[in-house]
Amino acid sequence: MALLEVSKLEAFYGQTQVLRGLDFSLEEGGITAILGANGAGKTTTLRALCGMVRTRGEVSFSGARISSGATESIVRHGIAHVPEGRGTFVRLTTEENLRLGAYTRKDPQAVGEDLERVFQYFPRLKERRHQQAGTLSGGEQQMLAVGRALMMRPRLMLLDEPSFGLAPNLTEELFDILGAINKERRVSMLVVEQNASLALAIADHAYLLETGRIVISGTAKEIEQDETVRKAYLGY
Amino acid sequence: MEFFLQQLFSGLAFGGVYACMALAVVMIYQATDHLNFAQGEMAMFSTYIAYTLISHGVPYWWTFLLAMAISFVGGVMIERIIVRPVEGTSVLNEVIVFIGLLTIFNSLAGWIWEYTIKPFPSPFPKDPLFGNTFVGTHDLGVIGVTLVVLFGVFLFFRYTPIGLAMRAAAQDPASARLVGIRVGWMLALGWGLAAAIGAVAGILVAPIVFLEPNMMGSILLYGFAGALLGGITNPAGAVFGGFAVGVLETLIGAYVSFIGSELKLTVALVLIIAVLVFRPSGLFGRVVVKRV
Amino acid sequence: MDAQLGAKVREIAALASGAKLSRLQWIGIAVAIAVGLIVPLLVSDYRTFQFTLVLVYAMAVLGLNILTGFNGQFSLGHSAFFAIGAYTAAIMMDHWEIAYYWTLPAAGVVCLIAGFLFGLPALRLEGLYLALATFALSIATPPLLKYDHLSEWTGGVQGVVITKPDAPFGLQISQDNWLYYFTFVVLLVLYFCAWNLLRGRTGRALKAIRDNPIAAQAMGINTALYKSLTFGVSALYTGVAGALGAIAIQFVAPDSFTFFLSVAILVGMVIGGIGSIPGSIFGGIVIVFVPNVAEQISKAAPWAVYGTLLILCMYFMPLGIWGFIRMGYARLTRRRKAD
Repeated sequence: MALLEVSKLEAFYGQTQVLRGLDFSLEEGGITAILGANGAGKTTTLRALCGMVRTRGEVSFSGARISSGATESIVRHGIAHVPEGRGTFVRLTTEENLRLGAYTRKDPQAVGEDLERVFQYFPRLKERRHQQAGTLSGGEQQMLAVGRALMMRPRLMLLDEPSFGLAPNLTEELFDILGAINKERRVSMLVVEQNASLALAIADHAYLLETGRIVISGTAKEIEQDETVRKAYLGY
Repeated sequence: MEFFLQQLFSGLAFGGVYACMALAVVMIYQATDHLNFAQGEMAMFSTYIAYTLISHGVPYWWTFLLAMAISFVGGVMIERIIVRPVEGTSVLNEVIVFIGLLTIFNSLAGWIWEYTIKPFPSPFPKDPLFGNTFVGTHDLGVIGVTLVVLFGVFLFFRYTPIGLAMRAAAQDPASARLVGIRVGWMLALGWGLAAAIGAVAGILVAPIVFLEPNMMGSILLYGFAGALLGGITNPAGAVFGGFAVGVLETLIGAYVSFIGSELKLTVALVLIIAVLVFRPSGLFGRVVVKRV
Repeated sequence: MDAQLGAKVREIAALASGAKLSRLQWIGIAVAIAVGLIVPLLVSDYRTFQFTLVLVYAMAVLGLNILTGFNGQFSLGHSAFFAIGAYTAAIMMDHWEIAYYWTLPAAGVVCLIAGFLFGLPALRLEGLYLALATFALSIATPPLLKYDHLSEWTGGVQGVVITKPDAPFGLQISQDNWLYYFTFVVLLVLYFCAWNLLRGRTGRALKAIRDNPIAAQAMGINTALYKSLTFGVSALYTGVAGALGAIAIQFVAPDSFTFFLSVAILVGMVIGGIGSIPGSIFGGIVIVFVPNVAEQISKAAPWAVYGTLLILCMYFMPLGIWGFIRMGYARLTRRRKAD
C-alpha cells in the first residue's frame, strides 16, 4: 500500500480553482518530485495536502483519510511541511524553533537526542542556537526549516522549494543532507522544485504539473529523458 | 524625603496593579491584534467572585487562587464562544463586541451585587512593617504579589512547552499549525491567562479603591497607558510601563498642585495620545510595519 | 407591463445608489415627518419629553454615523462631545442668561473646533488605536468636568440647573411640546445637511477614504483635512444634540456623561444601522425606549440588554435595523419581479 494516496484533489483560492483533479501516490521511503512552471500549482499541491487551502477530493495517509482535517490535525499524522518562505518563527531562538518541531511528541528524552542529530546535520545551527531565528541568513533559515521538520520524526516531509534563495554550493549541501536523511531515517519526501535537474537527481519518481493538472508522470529517469521536460524545464 | 518615599511606594503599588492590567492587555494583543476593552470589567467581575467566596468563609489565599482559576476558565470560554465568531472580520466588529462584553459585565455586577460600594479585605496586617512610616504593608504586599505573579508568567512563557507554543501561535499562526499547534486553543488560553492576571489586579486593588462595578474603568486606562508606554508588542516593556505609569501618576498627583486627583485621568489620556502619535512602538516595542 | 418593470428597476437602482430620491423615498420621508408632527398631540407631556430625547439621541447617533459609517473612523469618545455641547448650553444659559436657541450654534461651533483639534492627532491613528484614544477621552471626561478650578463654570460635582424655555409667540402649547417641535425642526435641518453633504462629492471622498485611504490619497483627496473635518462635523452634530439634551433635561452633571453615554450612542448606531442616515432615528428610539422596558426587570438590566444587543447585532444583523429593512424590501421587490 502506498504511503500517500491522492485522488481527484482539487484546490481553490476563494472562487479560483487552482488544482483540477490530481491523482497520484507516494511509496514509503521514496522521494518524489513535483515539477512545473510558476503558477502550475506546485505549492498549492503541498498546501492542499496539509489542509491549508479549501479542497475537494480524497487524500489518505497510510490508510487514514486526512483530506477533511485541520492543518494541525493532519500534521500530527507525521507529515512535516517545510513551507514556502520557510515559516521561521523569527522572534524565537533557533533552539526554540527546533523544539517547536517536536511540539506534538511526548518523548522528551528522544527529542533531546534528535536535537543533537539535527545539530550534527547542520552544525551552523548549533553555533546559532540561542540567537533569534530572524537574524539567521537565508540559508541558515532553510536549514532551520528542514531541521524543525525533522524534529517531528515525520514519516513524510513536504519540501517547498528547498533551494530557494540559496547559493549553489549550499543548495548542493542541503540536497546531499536530504538524500542522507531519506536513506538513514527512511523519511519519505515530496519535493517541489523550480530547479528540475536538481530535484530529478535525488528523486525516484516525478510528476509534471501544468495549470493544475498532472501532464506527465513516471520514474525520475523516464522524466529526465522526456523530450518536453528536457526542453522546457531542464534546458538542454 | 519621607513624603516622597510614601508617594513612591504608593505609586509602585498602583504600578503593580497597572502592570498586571498592561500585561493582560498585551497578552491578548500579541495573539490577536485586539485591544480588549472589556479587560477591566472582566477583572472587576473576578473581584466580585472573590468577594463572594470570601464572604462564604473561604480563606483569603484560597480565594485568590480559586478566583484566578475561575477567571481563567471564564476567559477561555469567552474567547471560544463570544469572540471567536467575529475573529478577523473587522476592527469595528471586534471593538463593538468588546464594548458589548464590557457593558454586560458591568451591568451584571450591578445586578448581582448592587452598585453600593463594598469594602474588600486585605490579607496583610494594618500596621506598617517594622514600624516604618513610609510604606503601608498592603502596598508592600501588592508590590510583592504582583512581582511574583509577573515572574511566574515570565517563567511560564519562557520555559514551558505550552508557553512556547503560545508564543509561536501568536507570532505566526500558519507555521504554528504546521508543527501541530492548535492555534485556536492557544488564543483561548491567552484569554484565560489574561483574565486570571486581571483577577489578580482586581483583587489587589480592591482594598484600596473599594469594590464597585466601575472600579476598574480608570485602572484599565492606566493599564493601557502603561502597555503603550512600554511597548504594546513587548510584555516586559508593558510591565515596566505599568509600574512607570503608577509612579508617574502618583507623583504628579502629589506634587503638581493644579492637577490634583481629578486631572490624573487627563494625564493618562494625554500620555496615551502622545505615545500613539509620537512613538507608537513605545519605549521598548518593535516598530510594526503596516502592510497595505 | 415592461415599462412598469423598468420603472421599478430604476427605483431600486436609485435606492441602492442613494444618488437621487425615488418616489418611494419621498413617500417615506413625508410619512416620517407627518408622524413626527402628530406624535406629541397624541401622547402625554412625559412621553413627548421622551420623544424629544429620541430626536436628541438620533442626532448624536447621526454624528457618530457620519464619522464611523461614512468615514470609517472609530470613536468611543462621543460622550465627551455630547458633554461639551451640553455644558456650553448650560453655561451660556446659566451664567450669561443667553436665550436657549443661541446656545445651539455656539455648542456646534465649540464642538466643531474641539472635534477638529482632537481629530488632528487622531489622524495618525488607525482603527484600533483611534478607538483606544477616544476610549481614554471618554473615561477622562467626567473627572475633568469635576475639576476644582473649573467648578465656577461647571458647578463641579453638582452640575448646573437650567430652566426649560416656554413656547414663544404666545403659542398655547406646553413647554415639552414646544421643545419637541423645536428639536424636530433642528433635526430636520441637520438631517438635510447631512444628506446633502454625504450624497455628493464630499460623501464620495469620505467613503473613498474609508474603503481605501491610500487610493483616495493617490486620487488627490486631501485625506488629512477630510478626516479631521469629518471628526469636527461629527462632533458638531453630537454637540448640538448635547445642548438640546441639556435643555430638555434641564440639568447637566459630570456623571451624566460617562463612558456609558458613548456606549449608548454606539448602540444606537449599530442597531439603527452603521452608515445609514435614516437608521439613526431607530438608534434614538432604541436608546430611549429599551431602558424603559428593561428597567422594569432591574436597574442594571438596560445595560445588559444594550451589551447583548450589540453582540447579537454583530453576529446576526451587522447592518442594523435599517439594513434589515432594506434587505427585506429588496427581497420583496425581487419576488414580485419574479412573479
